[in-house]
Amino acid sequence: MIHTKELSKSYNGTTVLNVEELSIPKGQSFGLVGNNGAGKTTYFSLLLDLIKPSTGRITNNNVVVDQSEDWKPFTSSFIDESFLIGYLTPEEYFYFIGELRGQNKADIDTLTSKFEDFFNGEIIGKKKYLRDLSKGNQKKAGIVAALIGNPEVIILDEPFANLDPTTQIRLKQILKDLAEKQGVTVLVSSHDLMHVTDVCERIVVLEKGHVIKDLETNLETLKELEVHFAGGAMGSQEEE
Amino acid sequence: MIKHFINLEWKQYFRSSYWQKSMVINILMVFFALSFVAMFLGLGFSSLFILKKIFPNQDAFVVANSFIFFWVIGDIVMRFFLQKLPVMSVKPLLILPVKRSTVVNYVLGKSAVSFFNFLPLFAIIPFSIMLINDGYAASMIITWMFAMILVVLIINFLNFIIEAFSAESELSFLPLIIVVGALFGLDFFNILPIRALLGDGLTSIANNPILILVPIAILAMCYWYNFKILKQKLFLDSSLKTKVTEVNAADLSWTKRFGDIAPFMQLDLKLIWRNKRTKSMAMLMVIGLLYGLFFYPQPMYADKEFMFAFIGIFSTGFFLINFGQFIPAWDSGYYKMLMSQNIKYEQYLRSKFVLMVMSVAIMFILGIPYVYFGWKILLAHFAAGIYNIGINSHIILYGGSFNRKKIDLDKKAAFNYQGTGAVQWLIGIPLMILPMGLFALINWLVGFGAAITVLIVLGLLGVVLHKKLMKIITKRYLDSKYKMIDAFSQDS
Repeated sequence: MIHTKELSKSYNGTTVLNVEELSIPKGQSFGLVGNNGAGKTTYFSLLLDLIKPSTGRITNNNVVVDQSEDWKPFTSSFIDESFLIGYLTPEEYFYFIGELRGQNKADIDTLTSKFEDFFNGEIIGKKKYLRDLSKGNQKKAGIVAALIGNPEVIILDEPFANLDPTTQIRLKQILKDLAEKQGVTVLVSSHDLMHVTDVCERIVVLEKGHVIKDLETNLETLKELEVHFAGGAMGSQEEE
Repeated sequence: MIKHFINLEWKQYFRSSYWQKSMVINILMVFFALSFVAMFLGLGFSSLFILKKIFPNQDAFVVANSFIFFWVIGDIVMRFFLQKLPVMSVKPLLILPVKRSTVVNYVLGKSAVSFFNFLPLFAIIPFSIMLINDGYAASMIITWMFAMILVVLIINFLNFIIEAFSAESELSFLPLIIVVGALFGLDFFNILPIRALLGDGLTSIANNPILILVPIAILAMCYWYNFKILKQKLFLDSSLKTKVTEVNAADLSWTKRFGDIAPFMQLDLKLIWRNKRTKSMAMLMVIGLLYGLFFYPQPMYADKEFMFAFIGIFSTGFFLINFGQFIPAWDSGYYKMLMSQNIKYEQYLRSKFVLMVMSVAIMFILGIPYVYFGWKILLAHFAAGIYNIGINSHIILYGGSFNRKKIDLDKKAAFNYQGTGAVQWLIGIPLMILPMGLFALINWLVGFGAAITVLIVLGLLGVVLHKKLMKIITKRYLDSKYKMIDAFSQDS
């Protein structure tokens, strides 16, 4: 579904991302982990054609993302709060995204009603603008908006951050169902190793812009990741 | 403590990206400031002569005092729009061991050294010197000078009280209108002759220095009241926390008839009504509409036909210019999302275009009463409207693709230069000067009818070529997509 080839991005001579090759098949739940500055958000931004690659290309369902806009109808994403329109209510925002994705109000109402648990009664019908919601609730609205219109690829940057434990567990279930039952390709990034190993079939570790581990998730994965990142911490301690 | 505050302010000012990015605006502001200083100096040195000339039989000093009332009113109005309470970012200070009252005193004290308080000195001091030169007793004039400084400070603090009320009220100009209207009304209808009271008061202070305690007391009261309001606000849960507003939803289903651009039009209309900056811009449309009244009633403009075209362009295109020049920066807060969504750029731009065309039509219709000043004016407005629709709308959309500045929607519009770059100044030339010059030239060479025809034909040409022009504009936007995303995601 998503193929990355010889992709790199550099700012003023500093390379922040350099991926030789990375293929994500359809229906895979894919996790991206790495420390701050590893290049996770850069990769997602390249995938969404928000920044221009220095070299190489990403194809999404055979569409080269920086040459054609045809990937947009089947790809949806939530990167950060700047994806929200602050002066709309959550409902208006959902309807707006829905209209862009060819869904009518009834479709949206059906979809959002499925997420009543997830919203915990704090999003719908509150007569509040998105800018006035708490960070956590903004995130919930943004994530659900990314599910509108039956996308085939969903990209979520740090979806678990700022969410309460109950919502985190519910979100994990939602993401798993999407990949397993509906064949949606789900890409998430996270700092929380436990959450990614719970959700993703495959985990890629980025470090300073390079892919340094590509793991099939199994019972040992969490252990392995913990050892890897702890090793990094010890290593840097020793260096000091 | 104060030393630390000043240090913080200094860094905040010179390290802000705003300062570093917009030298042009800073230079412009300095230029404005200097020209004001020059004006006030001129006023200070010349007013004694002028007063003596106009009121040869009266004491110039007493006459001057009787005019102070108008100054006070003018000063309040001007400050309301230009001067803001110099709030420092207090949030990080709240958890540090700094007394709240220290912070408040510092903020208020800082406001006293504002440019707006020094400006009157440039008039007051020369005027005092002239008076002493003219033979008035030096002790009396110096007392008067101090009284005037106190008046200036009273206005300073009074303004912040008005602004505090205006921040809370929905109609933000209302407190100002009430205060100024009340002061003026009381005097005008002779209910309370404030103007005379103020004049007499100042004269008697000058003659009787002990009375200076009265303005000192008033100043102390204003300061104390400001202190009270501000101290109350220094809690996270009051002013620092963003105010939650109840949603006002309007039925926008009528936009459906515009087909595929309907979602964007609804979004734009909500954008305009629900954000401070756009809302005050919409309010300013009234001024744009009434702009002609500054000129048309005066006989000296009655035969200056090129002015008709200028005012026509300005008043029918007021919304077009003010809204259009910040396309697409209005959407800068969520531009990334729009760019990753399933939208066509052309639809997005066409929605803005339709909105601008509608505004021109509405402004023209509302301006029809100008026909009272002559049918030529109406005709010129009509031609200007067509020109706005056909040419200016496309120019401004094209210019928008050069926008690289983010806009914070929650700030007021008047004298808010955020998001303004060199583009906004440059684009004014083809937008206003070009049609006016063209009109003036043809009007002078051939005649009024021909000039009108040229504007209309040019406008219609633009309408005919609309599809083609939009293609060029869309391409331009697509080409600068990455630059815009990058610029809009940076805080200014």
